Amino acid sequence: MKRCLFFAFCILHFAFAALAAPFRWGGDAEGGAPYVEADPNNPSIVRGFDVEVAAEIAKGLGRVPEFVQVQFTAIDQSVERGDFEIGMSGVEDTPARRASHAATIPYFEFHEVLTVRAEDRDRYRSFADLRGHKVGTLAGTIAYDKLLEAEREYGIQVVSYDDDVHPYTDVREGRLDAVLLDNIIAARSERRVSGLYTQPAPVATGHYIGVLAKSNTKLRDRINEILEARMRDGTLERIYRKWNIWDAYQPTFFAATLSSSSSGGQAPTPVASKMRQIFRYIPSLLKASVVTIVLSCVSMALAVFAGILIASGRVYGGTITRALLTGYVEVVRGTPVLLQLFVLYYGLASVIRLPAFLAALLGLGLNYAAYESEIYRGALEAVPRGQLEAARTLGFTERQIFTLVRGPQAFRLALAPMTNDFVALLKDSSLVSVLTVVELTKQTSIFATNIGNWAIPGALCAALYLVLSLPLSRLAGRLEEKWRAASE
Amino acid sequence: MILHVEQLRLSRGAREVLRGVSFQVDRGELLVLMGLSGGGKTTILRAIAALEAFDSGAIAVEGVSLAPRGATPKSQLRELRRRVGMVFQMHSLFEHLSAIDNITLAPLHVARTTRGDAEQRAAELLDSLGISHRRNAFPRELSGGEAQRVAIARAMAMDPPLLLMDEPTASLDPARRHELGETLVELTRGGRTLIVTTHDDDFARDFATRVLILAEGEIVEEGDPREVLTNPKHAATRALLQGAPVLFGQP
Repeated sequence: MKRCLFFAFCILHFAFAALAAPFRWGGDAEGGAPYVEADPNNPSIVRGFDVEVAAEIAKGLGRVPEFVQVQFTAIDQSVERGDFEIGMSGVEDTPARRASHAATIPYFEFHEVLTVRAEDRDRYRSFADLRGHKVGTLAGTIAYDKLLEAEREYGIQVVSYDDDVHPYTDVREGRLDAVLLDNIIAARSERRVSGLYTQPAPVATGHYIGVLAKSNTKLRDRINEILEARMRDGTLERIYRKWNIWDAYQPTFFAATLSSSSSGGQAPTPVASKMRQIFRYIPSLLKASVVTIVLSCVSMALAVFAGILIASGRVYGGTITRALLTGYVEVVRGTPVLLQLFVLYYGLASVIRLPAFLAALLGLGLNYAAYESEIYRGALEAVPRGQLEAARTLGFTERQIFTLVRGPQAFRLALAPMTNDFVALLKDSSLVSVLTVVELTKQTSIFATNIGNWAIPGALCAALYLVLSLPLSRLAGRLEEKWRAASE
Repeated sequence: MILHVEQLRLSRGAREVLRGVSFQVDRGELLVLMGLSGGGKTTILRAIAALEAFDSGAIAVEGVSLAPRGATPKSQLRELRRRVGMVFQMHSLFEHLSAIDNITLAPLHVARTTRGDAEQRAAELLDSLGISHRRNAFPRELSGGEAQRVAIARAMAMDPPLLLMDEPTASLDPARRHELGETLVELTRGGRTLIVTTHDDDFARDFATRVLILAEGEIVEEGDPREVLTNPKHAATRALLQGAPVLFGQP
């Protein structure tokens, strides 16, 4: 009888759980272990300590957890949109986040630590030792803000990454001298990349929290209760031990969290007023615009120069030259520019270690050269053969025909599509942020992440791009008009 | 003798365009090449101007000879081009340059005369051709006849002893044709030689010193234009005069 009751209870329990809407929680599996990673044995399942904490919350709510993949930097925006109810893969506790979203109590304490090459362990112990050196981190994190402070205070050079793997390989390869990131990530990277050493003294302390939509305080309060209960009953400790991230700091942190929340919850730290925050970012946005302009102009110059060479080679060259250049154009046009940038920067790192800005220039320039060359080739072919023959009978050399007759006419034909390409390049230059170059879009995204709002940074960024691209279109339009007027 | 063409053969793919053409031209002649379309008139001009390689035979202009299959050495090619000018049927003016700049471009960059001299000579040419008022016009602003005269001036600016003209009468009305003929006769004074292709037998009768009739890549008749075109001996010539198709092999 007892058994029957138990079964009935179980069936009811599962039925209820299945009937209730699943508990959708968002995280970035690209962040990897020990946060959230795809199970190597079954990639459709995720695992990690965040996964287990989410499962505990779901259990407490009497619902079934359902994982939603989201890009790390988009977690805040996504949760406000309602893509999922809570975002929680290593989400940091920041005043800005608390101000614009409903945040849970912290459930884990981490430390920002410096990781250096093993041979430099005595040389680079602190920011003061790193004056004038490059230190990398994940963009839009507490560590990034710490580095910006250190940039002003100690004169270190900050390099921002979109992921937490490449900063460590770049330290090993000598592109960086140190990485500042969460101790969990540092410990993981030390295991993956040989020859690294993490300084034991923490630079800063932070906490992971769950983030919910600002209006969702009711669910947040229930989740807080569940988290507190799991801290008390040792469930969280068991999970952290399982994932090997339990350390001496956690018991004190648990105790502090439990006592502060029972005494009336978290008082959000006052946030600097929105306007002041926005003004603080304007200089860095302008600086990033300069990076975008310089990058676009120099890349375009390279693209034009290489494009003319490729087009000339394809029009005038022999069979082998033509075949090689055609191959280049087809490969470059047929593969994503993002892939080309990765290969150039990371893929070739063992052969030639290009500085990030140079790699960005080369990547964009050589990519656009393929497109430019097609424009020029078409324009060269469009100059009537009769004119070239007329020039030949007048005694011009082939080179003179190119520079005096064919080139000038082709250039006029190519001008409009070239302008289009330059405007496209201006915007594509945002792709180089994957190579740690902070240009306008990247800076905007950092800005937006930090103030927890895309509307104002987005509008500012769009305005800056327009300011950059409109005069150019106008100039090209005017030139075209002038030439048309001259030849009509 | 300024031009010597001997057993000229030229084929495009399997098609034989010229099948052993031989003729000579004396200084000061205005030679007219006639024949039905596809007979090889234009091809002969293009071969002499070294725009198209021939398979065998010989071409020599003032003793400067072209080698078959485009094997002429560069220095010799340069010598030839100094001696041969050409005016194209479609004029082929440089579209990005004004009339005067079209004319001075070669003197400035090939002959390397000073800008002042080049412009003065161009102005004289435009004047003698009656189009000085169009000196700053761009090619697309010119009428067919004006463009033709700019093209003549452009070729004449390099002062070639032999001038080739492909179908200059094609797009002109009769009055303009007569004007052109007189202009060409004027050009031959002083020993310049002209070879002109045309379909217009009146033009040939009025202005040519000699006419060659081409049919299927061969010269079928040759002589004084008034005689050849009045008493045609060959079926091709008769066909040409009647503007009717002709069956070959029945002279």
